[in-house]
Amino acid sequence: MDKTRNALNEFGMMDEFAAGDSPIHRLNATAKLLCTVSYILVVMSFGKYSLSALSVMILWPVLLFQLSGIPMGACFYKLRMILPLVMAVGLFNPFFDRGIMLTLWGIGISGGVVSMLTLMLKGILCLMASFLLAATTPFDSICASLSKLHVPGTLVTLFLLTYRYIGVLGRELAIMSDAYHLRAPGQKGIHVSAWGSFLGQLLLRSMDRAQELYSSMLLRGYHKHFHYAPTRPFRWKDFFFLFSGISFFLLFRMVDVASILGSLFVSVR
Amino acid sequence: MIEFQNVSFSYEHPHKVIRDLSFSIKDGECVGLIGANGAGKSTVMKLLLGLVRGEGKILVDGLEMRKENLALIRRKLGFVLQNSDNQMFMPTVYEDMIFAPLNYMVGREEAEKRVDAVLGRLGLGHLKHRHNHKLSGGEKRMAAIATILAMEPEAILMDEPTSALDPYNRRIVINIIRELAETRIITSHDLDMILDTCTRVILLSDGRVAADGPASEILRDKELLEKNHMELPLSLSRRE
Ligand SMILES: Nc1ncnc2c1ncn2[C@@H]1O[C@H](COP(=O)(O)OP(=O)(O)OP(=O)(O)O)[C@@H](O)[C@H]1O
Ligand SMILES: [Mg+2]
Repeated sequence: MDKTRNALNEFGMMDEFAAGDSPIHRLNATAKLLCTVSYILVVMSFGKYSLSALSVMILWPVLLFQLSGIPMGACFYKLRMILPLVMAVGLFNPFFDRGIMLTLWGIGISGGVVSMLTLMLKGILCLMASFLLAATTPFDSICASLSKLHVPGTLVTLFLLTYRYIGVLGRELAIMSDAYHLRAPGQKGIHVSAWGSFLGQLLLRSMDRAQELYSSMLLRGYHKHFHYAPTRPFRWKDFFFLFSGISFFLLFRMVDVASILGSLFVSVR
Repeated sequence: MIEFQNVSFSYEHPHKVIRDLSFSIKDGECVGLIGANGAGKSTVMKLLLGLVRGEGKILVDGLEMRKENLALIRRKLGFVLQNSDNQMFMPTVYEDMIFAPLNYMVGREEAEKRVDAVLGRLGLGHLKHRHNHKLSGGEKRMAAIATILAMEPEAILMDEPTSALDPYNRRIVINIIRELAETRIITSHDLDMILDTCTRVILLSDGRVAADGPASEILRDKELLEKNHMELPLSLSRRE
């Protein structure tokens, strides 16, 4: 049960990271949200062979990790479930695109390999950016700024409740698997014969709980509208953050900094 | 004023959980709702809050339980659930407490004042910024009670408020219940607590009223209590 317990702790960990304090935490949520979205858009817009140009984009998340004090290891640890999926996306490229693109130390590297690596890097960069947003901004503030940006209220509430529901589901899972393992000592995982009833129960229980939580919201006057805590006001530093972020992305998108550096290096030699 | 007139209800069709139930509770009264496990106490509360609909008539302050009155009725009632896990849905105690006041259009400043006042009164200042899912069972219960007090309802319903509490917190809750001037309906198997707080007791048995009268009389009736799977409150049995 350590596994579910861990998964649970990890889920709570996001909230705890977000409750921390650092120059990045102190920024306005909307500024961070917009910056993250532009980062992701710019990363996605790189051509499929622009591996070297794209690689410079990693500087941004690295900088944010440094400034926010969030351990980068935690990001990769938390995302270990999703990473393989992201990696799998480009896995077939090498088989379709066999034309040799460049030669490194005498080994020919096909376009497929380059485009695969580019896709993977794109995936990783986007995940890092989203993780950073979630780890430095309370989920409520993200939702609050979404609704400030005129994303339909129903959609935002849906996000928020889904986020909460995952927590409920996780806790219910932990309770049930504890109960299971206390009566099945020494067993590894849950026996196949119990999967059906276990899953069914889990679903019923978490739905019941979600239902009850929802009525508890209704009983306290909830009416399709969340009153988010006041978010930090949009100040000059937020503007500066957003502006410098976007200029940085665009600069690195337009100018292939990596090859300029590379050619410098080559000419020196 | 709260009134049940010939209310019946079943979760699964033929099996009635509440049978032809009638009683009325005056403003400011503190009523203990007692009965064996499965007698229907929690169901009575759900009916009163409009979470489930039965046959018969339920009136709250003259408002009949109907869909269009639901919001008005719920505004008047604060409900402490039997399971606090299902009551707290915001990440922290503070956010949970401020949820209802904000929904009822109290300004944020005023709402914060209320939250702090209630926390001070319950001696829970240290829990304010704690995460709900990391509280102990009893801390959760106290926090749940605090969220309802912050709502300042006209009547408070508590389903087993003292289960999971240590004697110290139980005493705090008892004192709070006694101090409140609002209408209070309290279910519990902790008959000593009922005796300490309530002036009137309604004893449910199989969805019907088995007895309704002053707490001091009903809680002394050994035969009646034992017939309904209960025992005399400790404080009374010792004296015998
Ligand atoms: N969701 C449900 N679906 C079907 N039956 C239910 C449901 N909830 C409660 N019941 C049944 O209704 C009856 C009354 O339940 P209720 O929860 O009102 O009892 P209670 O008096 O609060 O008991 P306790 O002291 O154990 O809390 C019980 O027999 C119970 O099995
Ligand atoms: Mg009950």
